Amino acid sequence: MSVTMPVPDADVLARRDEIVAALRAIVPGEGVIASEREMRPYESDGLTAYRQLPMVVVLPSTTQQVSQVLAYCHARGIKVVPRGAGTSLSGGALPLGDGVLLGMAKFNRIREIDFDNRIAVVEPGVTNLAVSTAVADQGFYYAPDPSSQIACTIGGNVAENSGGVHCLKYGMTTNNVLGLEMVLMTGEIVRLGGKHLDAGGYDLLGIVIGSEGLLGVVTEVTVRILKKPETARAVLVGFPTSEDAGQCVARIIGSGIIPGGMEMMDKPAIHAVEEFVHAGYPLDVEALLIVELDGPQAEVDYLIGRVEAIAKECHASTLRASNSEEERLLFWAGRKAAFPAAGRISPDYYCMDGTIPRAQLPRVLARMRELSEHYGLGVANVFHAGDGNLHPLILYDSNKPGELDRAEAFGSDILRLCVEVGGVLTGEHGVGVEKRDLMPAMFSETDLNQQQRLKCAFDDKGLLNPGKVFPTLHRCAELGRMHVKAGKVAFPDLPRF
Amino acid sequence: MADIVTPRDANEVEAAVQWAIAQKKSLEIVGHGSKRALGRPAQFDATLDLSGLSGVTLYEPEELVLSARAGTPLAEIEALIAAKGQELAFEPMDFAPLLGGKPGQATIGGVLAANLSGPRRIKAGAARDHFLGFTAVSGRGEVFKSGGRVVKNVTGYDLCKLMAGSWGTLAAMTDVTIKVLPRAETEATVMLLGVDPGQAAAAMAAAMGSSGDVSGAAHLPAAIAGRAARDVAAGRSVTALRLEGVAPSVAHRKKALEELLAPYGALAALDPAPSRALWAAIRDVIPFAAGGPAGERHVWRLSTAPTQGAAAARLIGEQTEAEFLFDWGGGLVWAALAPSDDAGAAVVRGAIEACGGHATLIRAPAAVRASVGAFMPQPGGIAALAKRVKDGFDPAGVLGPGRMWAGV
Repeated sequence: MSVTMPVPDADVLARRDEIVAALRAIVPGEGVIASEREMRPYESDGLTAYRQLPMVVVLPSTTQQVSQVLAYCHARGIKVVPRGAGTSLSGGALPLGDGVLLGMAKFNRIREIDFDNRIAVVEPGVTNLAVSTAVADQGFYYAPDPSSQIACTIGGNVAENSGGVHCLKYGMTTNNVLGLEMVLMTGEIVRLGGKHLDAGGYDLLGIVIGSEGLLGVVTEVTVRILKKPETARAVLVGFPTSEDAGQCVARIIGSGIIPGGMEMMDKPAIHAVEEFVHAGYPLDVEALLIVELDGPQAEVDYLIGRVEAIAKECHASTLRASNSEEERLLFWAGRKAAFPAAGRISPDYYCMDGTIPRAQLPRVLARMRELSEHYGLGVANVFHAGDGNLHPLILYDSNKPGELDRAEAFGSDILRLCVEVGGVLTGEHGVGVEKRDLMPAMFSETDLNQQQRLKCAFDDKGLLNPGKVFPTLHRCAELGRMHVKAGKVAFPDLPRF
Repeated sequence: MADIVTPRDANEVEAAVQWAIAQKKSLEIVGHGSKRALGRPAQFDATLDLSGLSGVTLYEPEELVLSARAGTPLAEIEALIAAKGQELAFEPMDFAPLLGGKPGQATIGGVLAANLSGPRRIKAGAARDHFLGFTAVSGRGEVFKSGGRVVKNVTGYDLCKLMAGSWGTLAAMTDVTIKVLPRAETEATVMLLGVDPGQAAAAMAAAMGSSGDVSGAAHLPAAIAGRAARDVAAGRSVTALRLEGVAPSVAHRKKALEELLAPYGALAALDPAPSRALWAAIRDVIPFAAGGPAGERHVWRLSTAPTQGAAAARLIGEQTEAEFLFDWGGGLVWAALAPSDDAGAAVVRGAIEACGGHATLIRAPAAVRASVGAFMPQPGGIAALAKRVKDGFDPAGVLGPGRMWAGV
């Protein structure tokens, strides 16, 4: 794959030894990694098609060190790329050859758990799952659950505004974070929010969440924790057509039910996972739906009955409700194994992430089948059906010349299609480098410039994670200029009182 | 008398802002003006009245989305979606009772620009959490958009969050898209009677920490409880916990909640109709309504950690004569202070600094709001950052300058 990154700064590269020495003075011992062999693990994130060795890796362990590293880099015009666990699927943590890779893994402590206020204060390198584990003994959990939750960190979740299968009911990261401590590129430490709700001024917390590491380096996160639902049950429903499955999803939501999770798979995905994990999925259906209801037993049993009735009206050809926790987990086992299952039927797969208005699903799936034939590459679909978030898995073989490029072109066509039908380029994986050059399909130059002006408020020299999210980089001074269109005054025609 | 400009479409909004930039005029953005008496009073050269941009442009109940022109009346939207069994889950409050205006005048643009919410904030979030996309004219006179019309989207910065709570100081929104959700089939309220704010906070924490899925948790001290729930209170404080959902679920959770709260004191319960009436009164802070027994008092709104609400109230109450209403499990404190020259600003801000969070002066004469400010002064680094953000959207300072803070 090819993507153009900012031109390396020869001046910075020429001073590499001096820079490494200065960074060692700030972060002593093993906190600075400069040898090629030891930097190798950092050369890519979850989007492994892109690789680049950083100039140097720094692993700070205190907010003060982060502040000093950033202040040093700001003063000398050195680029910085923050990194959590490196599970980004959009290349958000792809290093720069002339940049410092700032790894936050040593920020791995849970600082406070406050059950009365239902919050936990954690460092950004704590994994998503570790937050839930730490509060599980009191029956609490942290709601956003991206599928990489065993490895991905809360800091990365903040950067990407991560979701998961339960976010239709429980929200994404942005709806579950109350406060942050972060360091600006100048080294200035600021606190946004706290244990309370909402901002007293501009909602800067809401802007930083999902900003893909372009606005600041997060050093502490205050998250909301929730009491676990009493119970959960799932219904597994097969449909003869994807239209019927889509109709069933619409009817469930239209009838006032918001399931804890609602996942759809198409035929290729069903076959791939069934062969792999033997979850008991029906193989003679075009689409399979898992609908999970959670809450008090009385509520769940009642709603399961209503969902079953709706599914039958929507021509369900198979229908099973879980009657035990083992059975519920078995229903999910297939869905959760969708990515490794794709890895079994194809040497490589490329996971896409767009959101569409749900009613457009049949049209999008039909077009995807045409594209699949056009590019000569298979595609399997898993779909967060409740919120319209589509994850097509494009199957290819990187050892066959040209297949990787075709997979990338196929993926771009799918995302453009998502925008064309009223959807968006990314539902939860982020723009990163992967979708950067597709941004103009969704946003005008004015839209993108306005977003970059926000970046200028946080990072005036554009040193933090440049080359991500925005296809064209502008200097802040250039973006700040205003062209007063005094001649174009339609104002006299407006009604005035 | 300042000019009033009433654009009929987004192009005319763009023209009006460009005029303001060229003529160096400041604009006050209003819908129906229901929140005009809120914030720092400032002089504006002209009023940009967006109430002419009205009408729902897209409503797809099964997709949970609705798009409307920014000046569309909230009441129109709520009636439309109620017919499909849906609602705005963030339960936006109406400031009219507090500020003395005509109820039901808010527009959707104003609701979002003020990031309104209600008692359900603790479960469902505020306006910010349901705001999916918008088109606006920036203070640069440029039309730009952000977000989309789907409920899950991380493409680019989440500018909806920034617009929510910016009080018309960054851009003039012309079109907005929001998430709508199913309305609960039924509700019930369990009430604990006659406990003090500290005991109430403990009881509310226990309820919120249960799997009861509480969607409202408020404490009305004895002095004010009768103004919202006269029949039940009978001179006692009322600590109310709301349960919403399908009937079998509400019945089951009500029983569990009553068992959980029994050790804290005497209990009572409300059926759906009186329950709805009580939460509407809490949402709109009826005990402190203009024209009521506390109508002359200066009113503050404090957001703090739920366990700190009672402490903040105690700190304020020790220094000045005040009445309180606690919502959000104790984290939202409405404080009504006996009138004074500074509305008790030093006392209230001192208390919130000690307890963490922020305080906004909601109701006080313009002269008082002008002298102490309505929004909380921010620490230096944040204030500078906020100013840089403002400059990025409105470098000439034509949109609501001074509404939030002097110089911003």
